[in-house]
Amino acid sequence: MSPQEIENLAHLRRARDLIDRDYAKPLDVPTMAAKAFMSPAHFSRRFRAAYGETPYSYLMTRRIERAMALLRAGTTVTDACMAVGCTSLGSFSSRFAEIVGETPSSYRSRAHDAVRAMPTCVAKAHTRPVKGGSSRNREVRENTAA
Amino acid sequence: MTIALQFTNVTVTDVDESIAFYRDALGLEVQNDVSSGEHRWVTLGTPAQPGLGIVLSEPHAGRSQADGDAMQELLTKGVLPMLVFNTDDLDATFETVRASGAEVLQEPIDMGWGQRDCAFRDPSGNMVRIAQARAV
Repeated sequence: MSPQEIENLAHLRRARDLIDRDYAKPLDVPTMAAKAFMSPAHFSRRFRAAYGETPYSYLMTRRIERAMALLRAGTTVTDACMAVGCTSLGSFSSRFAEIVGETPSSYRSRAHDAVRAMPTCVAKAHTRPVKGGSSRNREVRENTAA
Repeated sequence: MTIALQFTNVTVTDVDESIAFYRDALGLEVQNDVSSGEHRWVTLGTPAQPGLGIVLSEPHAGRSQADGDAMQELLTKGVLPMLVFNTDDLDATFETVRASGAEVLQEPIDMGWGQRDCAFRDPSGNMVRIAQARAV
């Protein structure tokens, strides 16, 4: 990799770190792209090539993963939706169902003993939802199989 | 019979740039500096944990071009495993590291399981977390 390529990839990493950190704020793609010193269209293409999903998809996955943690702790669906930066309960719920495989209220109401036993940082990585129901989201897979 | 960790390796893009972070910001001491060909292996440690060496080297050190390129990409993307330190004064350590200009990922906060920690990126993109040592 040339020094310029390394620098560009580091810019993408900083934008990804911004999403991980500021997911609860009203982040949009132009704001993320500015962090990477790229145009929004170029940024979206490069981000997807590096991290396997678009910046907006990465942001929503991060929000849903945080919402899952809040729901496991007993937060209401509406409060969890607002706390992670989503402003529309309808689109939050449909996005949640799309990537987790069940509705937020259904997820909230069932037991999460295995996740509760993990350190939070392990739970964060382990329960991170993957669009399309990949085998990585073992908790969902096991519970839907049961 | 006892067993203990003696060396752990951290891959960095530029060894000199990284020494500024690990020695000057985090406060580790350089214990060894070995060159072979165009690569260097720099070992750092802390008196708080004598016998443990943290070895910095570049992605292509001791690797093929293709493997080094793959390491370099993962490193810069920020997806290699994190390093976790602990300190008896988290707030002071955080201020020192921040003042060095390091990228802050997370200010000191209480985590859900009773730990208090903060997080930085080292100059290459490795995640470095620093936790408050628990009172014994």
